[in-house]
Amino acid sequence: MIGYYLDLAMRSLKRNKVLTALMVLAIAVGIGTSMTTLTVMHVLSGDPIPQKSANLFRVGLNVFPDDNFRPGEEVPDNLSRRDAEALLRDARADRQAMMSAGTMVVTPAQGDPLSLEARYTTADFFTMFAVPFRFGRAWDRGDDGSHARVAVISAALNDQLFGGRDSTGSTLQVGSQSLRIVGVLGDWSMNPRFYDLSNGRFGDGEQVFVPLATALDLHLATSGTMNCWGNNSDEHAADAPCLWLQYWAELDAPSTRAAYRQYLHNYMARQRQAGRFTHPGEVRLLDVMQWLDAKGVVPSDVRLQVWLALGFLGICLLNTVGLLLAKFLRRSGEISVRRALGASRRAIFMQCLVEAGVVGLAGGVCGLALAGLGLVLVRHQPTDYAGLVHMDPSMLLATFVLALLSSLLAGLLPAWRAMHVAPAVALKSN
Amino acid sequence: MDILPILSTLRRHKLTAGLLVMQIALTCAIVCNAVFLIGQRLQRMDMPSGVAEHELLQIQVADVVKSGNPYARVQEDLALLRQVPGVQSVAFSNQVPFGGSSSNGNVLLDPNQPQRTLNATTYFGQNLVPTMGVQLVAGRDLQDDDFVDVDTALKGLKTGDTKSLPHVTLITRGLAERLWPGQNPLGRLIYLTPTVGLRVVGVMASLVRPNAYDADTAQYTMVIPLRMGADRGMSYVIRTRPQDRSGVLAAALAALRKADPQRIVTTQRSFDEVRRHFFRDDRAMAGILVGVIAALLVVTALGIVGLASFWVAQRRRTIGVRRALGATRSDVLHYFQTENFLLATIGIGLGMVLAYGINLFLMQHYELPRLPAIYFPVGAVALWLIGQVAVLGPALRAAAVPPVVATRAG
Repeated sequence: MIGYYLDLAMRSLKRNKVLTALMVLAIAVGIGTSMTTLTVMHVLSGDPIPQKSANLFRVGLNVFPDDNFRPGEEVPDNLSRRDAEALLRDARADRQAMMSAGTMVVTPAQGDPLSLEARYTTADFFTMFAVPFRFGRAWDRGDDGSHARVAVISAALNDQLFGGRDSTGSTLQVGSQSLRIVGVLGDWSMNPRFYDLSNGRFGDGEQVFVPLATALDLHLATSGTMNCWGNNSDEHAADAPCLWLQYWAELDAPSTRAAYRQYLHNYMARQRQAGRFTHPGEVRLLDVMQWLDAKGVVPSDVRLQVWLALGFLGICLLNTVGLLLAKFLRRSGEISVRRALGASRRAIFMQCLVEAGVVGLAGGVCGLALAGLGLVLVRHQPTDYAGLVHMDPSMLLATFVLALLSSLLAGLLPAWRAMHVAPAVALKSN
Repeated sequence: MDILPILSTLRRHKLTAGLLVMQIALTCAIVCNAVFLIGQRLQRMDMPSGVAEHELLQIQVADVVKSGNPYARVQEDLALLRQVPGVQSVAFSNQVPFGGSSSNGNVLLDPNQPQRTLNATTYFGQNLVPTMGVQLVAGRDLQDDDFVDVDTALKGLKTGDTKSLPHVTLITRGLAERLWPGQNPLGRLIYLTPTVGLRVVGVMASLVRPNAYDADTAQYTMVIPLRMGADRGMSYVIRTRPQDRSGVLAAALAALRKADPQRIVTTQRSFDEVRRHFFRDDRAMAGILVGVIAALLVVTALGIVGLASFWVAQRRRTIGVRRALGATRSDVLHYFQTENFLLATIGIGLGMVLAYGINLFLMQHYELPRLPAIYFPVGAVALWLIGQVAVLGPALRAAAVPPVVATRAG
């Protein structure tokens, strides 16, 4: 029966090419824009580390002195070096790392010096964030303690400087110092870069990783948010009143999380007793998705575009409903004849829905092409997330389902009306 | 034109007419808000910087090996750059307008107040005002003997020796108005910390923050007489004639490289590029909105064409009868035009209410201001026009129906 309806639908659509083209176009444009914006949204709001995002926690402590403490204000994102080092020493989590972004100038054996994005961190970073290695390994906690002159480099930098060969054991010349390469990363990028959102939220990531203690010894430049108070001369000093280090803790068993929170509260209580402040000294512990949400990582423009596109899809569907209605009602005569010859209302309804479905499929295919075009346009936008936006199989499937569902939805009302055409009246009026 | 017969005909097409009205209403609501959003973006992209943007270049360099005397290094570079043909003036600045990366300080009006008054951005560096083309509206510019080396100042902070700290500052008119509304700011004191007081010696017309995210705080700016050594993140700012910019940039880079072939240029751009880069998201969003509005209007117009064509085809016989009874071609034309005008008007009326609702939603979730009333008549006229243009084709086809159709069986 469906085959017959399909045949009828094709004939009917061919009979009125302009109207058909208008409907297909309307659905295609609606689907195209919705899928473009939804894909962007999907890419930007995804979980960057799904296997561990519930186990990784960003630690925030409000250690402001009383005259910098503003009641009701959020707990700062970063820790001071004094607090981060104290927590790291206690090592109460399964794993923990403190870190900062930076830039460093490296002089390669051949060619011009390079200014590179760097991350200064501690040994657990690589295990915590599931960083794969192509060659070598990460440095260990002993290297952190001994301020070892070591570095881990990205696959891209390894390709650029060493032509992709195993460069472990080679050195990186940083000013007058040299760092021994102990590891080369595999294919790794985190988007959004949840572990440090203060230096570009999306992108390729760092090219060099160096132990934080080593970076401080070498006075390598840090970048990112630096929040200081009081009179101080060296913001990187061990006791400087400056918040600039990101601190992450991995807590694998849910049962240990309450204990860790209690540990942080106890730590703050000791700081209060030591006279650093008299306010309550709040603690903030957020897992990856809570952290991304708190920092509003999906740009509000992108959310706005999704709303816009959905409104647009709505208008396109209204348009299609109107046109389908016009099309079906115009065929009142034909429908009456079929009804008079014994076709049930159900059959008429099905036939009309099949026709709407065909329009929807055609609109979906064209919409997919438009979404592809839209994504190319998005990739050419000068935003930092542009390079990440691509269509994945799940979005491909979603496009078809959305197109089909929306056109069937659009076809429901016209089909319902068509099925209620009274055969006698229509035949007589003809 | 008689409206009643049109209304009675429309009543027989309630569903299709209703759908068209809803489509026009939604289009109207979205277009009004989208145009408003574009206006917001364009206005933001026009934010004044207070500097002579078309005459300025920015160069940032990084040394491979830190030089022995970073202060001397800067002076050497400045001397080199001044000799480049076409260079009118050079400054060394910790940050640039719309540069993104910003150094800020808390401002107190009373050294003993527990909470800061506001947060302002702090520019350091010699010769900034004349090089950037910042306009002074009162007082004087910073002078050589106001300046203190950063390291000396930091040491002074640590030891509590206030003599080695800077003592004066320039502020923008915007910041002065916020701190002392309606009063003369010259000679007044601003505290960065309870021990660091700066006397206002000059007022600048405008100098925007490097990270001006909202118009209210964009002009909270101070220039502090601190002399910096060569360090990453600092910029050479060069002033030249607009038409000389590309030549001067190339020559300046060549001069810096010649002085030290080992150093790296991390940024080299004109201030036009600085602005373009800073507002790139706004420009992209405005472009997307323009595209959406265009597509929306096209879809709506096509919908009107489709439905009007359907109605014309459906009423061919009626039209023939009317023509046979003496209606002129223009009567038929006007009939369809008036019909469309009526539907559009109802749609626009509903659309205005909806537009207001959407605006309320945006105000709540995206911190947008209220939609100004001017957008309503503009949106209405746009949709009336589109409706009339779209209906013209089908209406002309209707007008062309010959009276003889009335006699044919249809």
